[in-house]
Amino acid sequence: MRAFVFRRLGLATVTLVGMSIAIFVLLRLAPGSIVDLLFSAAGYVNPVEKQRITHELLLDRPIVVQYIQWAGALLHGDLGKSYRYDVAAARLIGPRVPVTVELAVMGMAVALLVGLPTGIISATRQNTALDYGLRIFSLAGLSMPAFWLGMLIILFLVRVAGWIPPMLYVPVRENLGLHVLQFLFPALAVGYRSAALINRMTRSSMLEVLREDYVRTGRAKGLAGRVVVYRHALRNALLPIVTVVGTEFAFLIGGLVVTETVFNLPGVARFLVDAILWRDYPVVQNLVMLIAIVVVLSNLAVDLLYARLDPRVRYT
Amino acid sequence: MSRADAVASAPPAAVPAGRRPRFGAFARRSPLGAVGALVMLVVMVAGLAAPLVATYDPTRTDAAQTFVPPGPRHWLGTDHLGRDIYSRLVHGARVSLAVGVACALLGGIGGGAVGLISGLAGRRLDAVVQPVLDIMQGFPLLVLALVMTAALGPSIGTVVVAISVPFIPRVARVVRAVALGVRETTYVEAARALGAGGLRVALRHVFPNTVAPLVIMTTAQLGSAILVEASLSFLGLGIPEPYPSWGRMLSVSATEFAQRAPWLVVFPGLAISLVVFASNLFGDGLRDYLDPRLRF
Repeated sequence: MRAFVFRRLGLATVTLVGMSIAIFVLLRLAPGSIVDLLFSAAGYVNPVEKQRITHELLLDRPIVVQYIQWAGALLHGDLGKSYRYDVAAARLIGPRVPVTVELAVMGMAVALLVGLPTGIISATRQNTALDYGLRIFSLAGLSMPAFWLGMLIILFLVRVAGWIPPMLYVPVRENLGLHVLQFLFPALAVGYRSAALINRMTRSSMLEVLREDYVRTGRAKGLAGRVVVYRHALRNALLPIVTVVGTEFAFLIGGLVVTETVFNLPGVARFLVDAILWRDYPVVQNLVMLIAIVVVLSNLAVDLLYARLDPRVRYT
Repeated sequence: MSRADAVASAPPAAVPAGRRPRFGAFARRSPLGAVGALVMLVVMVAGLAAPLVATYDPTRTDAAQTFVPPGPRHWLGTDHLGRDIYSRLVHGARVSLAVGVACALLGGIGGGAVGLISGLAGRRLDAVVQPVLDIMQGFPLLVLALVMTAALGPSIGTVVVAISVPFIPRVARVVRAVALGVRETTYVEAARALGAGGLRVALRHVFPNTVAPLVIMTTAQLGSAILVEASLSFLGLGIPEPYPSWGRMLSVSATEFAQRAPWLVVFPGLAISLVVFASNLFGDGLRDYLDPRLRF
């Protein structure tokens, strides 16, 4: 088991190094130098200033040196400097992390709470009207843009419920109820898609398992239907679902980019979009790296969980 | 070239030889899939015939006709500049579908090629390709597309590349898995024994087996591609003006005026959802028809 964990950790590290190189190179494909872009965006004019920034960003050094400096700083927790705000990027990103984490966790919770039970119901009542209804419901979730669903929710809240969601971020300490409400609706918008995918995976995985011999044996020896479904079938059907949850988590982060924008939540994902629009490349580079780390870690967690759930997985 | 053509017209493995896939048979097996295909066809035709189907010039502004609710003159209402929503939607169908189809095809061809090479060209190359795919797949789709459009500058070409590149690892993985399985079969061994070269084995014997999963994945991506393009446009990084695109119709201005004129928000989103829903129905039907064992 320990060897397996170390091997996985090693693999994750290699992937992260690769991803950091990919980001680094990708952002250097941008036409023109970063300094020129910063200048045109920020309206600097002083050529001395320009030279100073070129030097500060190490753009006058070979690309390998630039990469090593950046990666080294990142390993020390130095997220660099935002040129748009002229402050350390960590000071801007830090307070935004909890917002995004909370939204992601709530979104995933919505996805699991909706996707898992509906998937089980669909599988146990295959080809009934209920199954068809749930399948259409899940297919609709895969077809709607998350940001549009968010817009519709806001439209509905204001027009029908007569409630205007707070335009500014409400901290927990200020008003807990309002804070939860403020996150609930974006979590619904971003979680629906994942719920749909989890529903589909649960359904097909359950259908497959329900046809296994041991399920028939369970029924034949007179076990209650519920025991067969939850104790015998679900536990074995869970494996592919865990994988989907893991990969969906990465997708969810992508969905946050638009959802935070629609709901005006001051999270990391929205900050990334702003940084891209303002061409604040040092910040973009570090934020994408941050997201990459989260994704790789969540994949790692899924791998480890998988090994724990399935005794057949060999720890080699 | 002629060899590739011959291969392309070879029947996919999952459908028994002698039985060519037909729409009638497909519609019987999967009525919902057929409905999806028809809806997409209708939208495609409407998009291609946009100048004939549209009632107004999609870019014409009219200061006296802003925020007109849906009615007989403007079927789906007008926006803040007095532009006709229906006409913009019909013209936008061109962009959204063209981008979606181009991305799905590029992703399918690229992923198919990478997967085939990776599965057949030997362990050493495979050991290089797999980590690269891992790295590409590590980025959330939208984030990778965002960074690529930011780095390459907004244009139709950039958007298509930015959306299709993230598809490559997903397709490549599936195709590689099939190729690895087929590589060990006796008929490939027999072909090799008869002196068939690597390229001939790859195109003549392995490739036909990957057609079914390839077609299924490509259709599945069509919907995702349309959604990602819409998200990029919504964020202001998609297809640039003057082309009307569904995603951009939902961007800033729509959010601002949503309360005053809900139709600005409702209809473009419905158009996106309808087309993606139809392509998902079609994709599901195709999967059931071509290869019921697959699931993703």
